[in-house]
This record gives sequence, structure tokens and C-alpha cells, in this order.
Amino acid sequence: MAELMRLDAVSRRFGGLQALDRVTLDIGRGEILGLIGPNGAGKTTLVNVVTGVHRATGGRIHFEGRDITSFKPYQAARAGIARTFQVVQPFPELTVHENVTAAAMFSSGKGGLREARAFAAEQLEFVGLSATADQPAATLTLAMRKRLELAKALAMRPRLLFLDEVNAGLNSAEVEQAMGLINQIAGTGVTIVLIEHLMKVVLSVCSRIVVLHNGALIADGPPSSIVSDPHVVEAYLGKKYAQMAAQAAGNP
Amino acid sequence: MRRKDWILLGGLLILGLLPLVGEAYTLRLGTMACMYAVMAVSWNVIGGMAGYPSFATAAFFGLGAYTGGVLLAAGSPLTVAIVAAGALAFAGAMLLGAVLMRLRGHYFAIASLAVAEVLRELTNSATDLTGGGMGLNIPLSLSGGAGMMDTATFYFLAMWGLLFIAVIVVGFIERSRLGFGLACIRQNESAADMIGVNSTLYKSLAFAFSGVFVAMAGTLYAGWVHYIEPPDVYDILFAVKPIVMVLLGGLGSTAGAIIGAFTFLGIEEVVWRNYLQVHTGVLGFLVVVLLLFLPHGIVSIGRRVRSLRAGHG
Repeated sequence: MAELMRLDAVSRRFGGLQALDRVTLDIGRGEILGLIGPNGAGKTTLVNVVTGVHRATGGRIHFEGRDITSFKPYQAARAGIARTFQVVQPFPELTVHENVTAAAMFSSGKGGLREARAFAAEQLEFVGLSATADQPAATLTLAMRKRLELAKALAMRPRLLFLDEVNAGLNSAEVEQAMGLINQIAGTGVTIVLIEHLMKVVLSVCSRIVVLHNGALIADGPPSSIVSDPHVVEAYLGKKYAQMAAQAAGNP
Repeated sequence: MRRKDWILLGGLLILGLLPLVGEAYTLRLGTMACMYAVMAVSWNVIGGMAGYPSFATAAFFGLGAYTGGVLLAAGSPLTVAIVAAGALAFAGAMLLGAVLMRLRGHYFAIASLAVAEVLRELTNSATDLTGGGMGLNIPLSLSGGAGMMDTATFYFLAMWGLLFIAVIVVGFIERSRLGFGLACIRQNESAADMIGVNSTLYKSLAFAFSGVFVAMAGTLYAGWVHYIEPPDVYDILFAVKPIVMVLLGGLGSTAGAIIGAFTFLGIEEVVWRNYLQVHTGVLGFLVVVLLLFLPHGIVSIGRRVRSLRAGHG
């Protein structure tokens, strides 16, 4: 699989806290990569460092062969990296359509308003928000705002898309819908990094999973090997449970 | 263009007829009104569109007054002085913006306030160039042998013309990619960054556009009053008044900024004439009352009346 992004010993320190500890990771073109780990493991920090919100304090990041380590957020956006926020970030006074139009317009260095509007309308259609296109974004429900985030990210014509807990706060029917959309997006050739707490979701859609714990990468592999990895079980459930699980596996 | 834009431009054009009917006092008031309106319309770019509460208007005004004043005193034509003042303010704001615009909220407000203080000190100490605390005399040569009324008419029309240009330019900004980007920045800056808005550049541009016409007005002011001194043109009130005017008229609207400026000047004149002893107190009280009962400014009156009617009808 061709390599799209490469993280080379990427670190980020906040004062005394090592939020990312020499993370080395290849993201292949076209894969759906699951990024999991307990709360505070550094998942969102990783996205923030890759998209230029925080600068890496060590290591290098390459995207499509270009060194993007010191890119600012708008440069990362224009390079083809999009993300959704864990806490949704709409422009509350703009309409739903204008929100997505802004994403379509500013993510390309230039381009007319007309094409941006048309392209935005297509994305709204795709995520199923056409009916609310002319409402201010502030009036949407949480599930709809999550879909608006997705539409904004797609309007940027990304080649790499980070989805930061798009399912948090959704009910199971809404999660089903969201997963359907994500599979469709992946089908168009966009590489997706899925940050997710719901193991069921990660296991069902991801082709590969990496696990972060205390800022370090502790496992990397196909879903089947991740769930049986004692390090992962330990990170998630604690040492005692990991031992019990190992014993249980030993004497069935 | 929408209907209310035509009304705005029509109203401005009619205002330009003032010299046909006005006497010296009316023209002086008209010139002040246009000057205030230039400040308010300009402030709206940084405060209303980008959402950054700038207190740098006094700095731009003083910079423009002194740049233009020094050039005029050296014998340069008024147009040259105006263009030079505008260019210097724009360039300075772009440079300063790259630093200042990294601050948000109160921190930005305080930092922008300090700019005028720094410039005032610089002006005070550059005695050879600016006359320092002695002030700067700007010769009358400009108006030649013309009479008082001609001078008054000339400066009114100049200030009015500047307001007209400012309104047109700000209107273009509002409809442009820059205006759209500023609206995004105001509503959610990190989200704006993330969709590809170069926010540092856009905010610096907004800051520069909030200064360029104010600096030009400063030059006109210097030529008009013939004598400027640092505490006069770097007056902190020049930083505060435009904000009050915009809030009075309606945040984020050019028409609102102009109406706010004219209303403010009207109130100021009436109060000043009738309550000389306590005029600033009365003015402050009136402003607070207006803001309390009309939080979205004078331009929202029509909307409120309509919704009241709809409610009772």
C-alpha cells in the first residue's frame, strides 16, 4: 500500500507532560485506520500536531512526500488534510450551507463563490442535511451538527480525513448512519483515521488499528491481533484484569 | 446590491449637498460628523466583522494627523499628504497586526490601547520633526486667499468624500472573500483555521483597513484645524467614541456605524451646549441607557417595530 503520511518519532510536550512520545506511524493511502486509546492517551493531541494546531516538539511529519512538520492549520487544510472536532465547531450565525461553502472556498487557495456553493450543496446532500441548508447552524441538533462537521470536512476535498469521535453522544441508530457515511467516504478513496471509543465500531470498519497509551504507540496491527494483545488489554482494563484474562485463556 | 445599500448611498449623496444650505457652524458640524463616521465605519471592519475590540483608532488618527501635518508643513500638496498617511498606517498596521493579532479578547484590547500611548511618546520626543509637546503648526497656505466659508466648504467636501470612499471600500470587503473569512474568524477562529482561512493575514488586513481611512481623516483634520498637539490627536476618546458609535448604531452594519456616528455627535452637541458642567456624565448616562434598551443599535428599531406589530396583530 502506498504511503500517504509518515510520522517519524513525533513528540509533543506540554510543560512537564509528555503528551506524545516518539510516535512513529505510517498511514497508507486508502486505508481506514482506527486510532484508539484510553482518555488522555494523546489521540486528539496527535491530530492537533498533524494539522498544525500544536507544533511537534520533536520528530518530523511527511504528507505525500512533503515535510509538513511546521505547517500552520490553514496550510495543512490546503495541503489536503481535514479533520472534524471532537466538540463540534460550527460557525453558529452562518447557515448550514454557508458553513460548508466556507470550507469549500477557503480550503482551496482561490476559487469562486459560485462553485464553492454548488460543491457545498453536494456535500450537504451526501450527509443528508439538504433540508436544513438555510437554517443557522446554531439551530441544529447534536447529531446534525456532527454531520455538518463531516460535510465541512468533505467540502475541503481532503485526501486524509481525521474523524475525532464523530459518534460521541449519538444513539445507536445515529451511529449506524454515521458508519454508513464513513464507509461511503472511504469508498471514494479518501484515507480515514478514525478516533473512536466504541470498540464495536472500530472493529467493524477499520482495516488496521493503532493504540496510544500515555502518548506512546503500544500496538499496531489488524483488529484481530489488537484485541488479543495483552499490552492493549492492560492499558484499557488494568494489569489485574489482563492477568485474569490471560489465566482464563490458559484454562478454558 | 440590496435596497438598503442604495438608501445608504443615496443618503450619503444628499449629505454632500450640505454646503448649498449650510452656514459655517453647520459645515463644521458636518465635517465632524463625517470624520466620526469614517472612524466608526472603519472600526466596524476590525470590531464588527472580525470581532476584535480594537482601541487603536486613536493611534491611527494621531499617526495620520502627524504624518500629514509634517508633510503639509513641509509644503507638500494635501493629496500627497493624505496618501502618504494612509499608506504608512496600512503598512504599519500590517506589520503590527502580525504581532498584535495573536492576542485575543481583552488582551488584544489592552495591547491595541497601548499603541496610541507609544506613538504619542514617540511624537513627543521627536521634537525636531513634530515640534514635540509644543505642537505643530500647519500653515494656512492651503486655502490660499480664499475666505472662511470656502475653507469650511472645502474641508467638509474632503471629509465627506473620504467617508464615501470608506463606505464603498468597506462594502466591497464585506462581500469579498476577506469579509467571508472575517465572519468565520469572528464566529469560531479555530474552526476558521481548520478549513483553510489564513487567519493571521486576514486579521492583519482587517486591522489595516480599520486604520487606513482613519489616518487619512487625521491628515484632513490637521489641515483643517491648522494646529495639532500630541494629547489632542492621540486622545484616548478617539479610541472609545467609534466603539460607542458602532454599538449605538448597530454592530457589524455600515449604515449602523454612520447613523451611530451622527446620533452620537448630535447628542454630544446638545448635551455639551446645555450641560456644560456635567456634559460627559450626562453623555455617558445617555449612552448606557441607549445600549440597555437598544442592544442591537438604532438599525434594529425597524425590526423591533415589525416584530411587535406581528406579535400584536
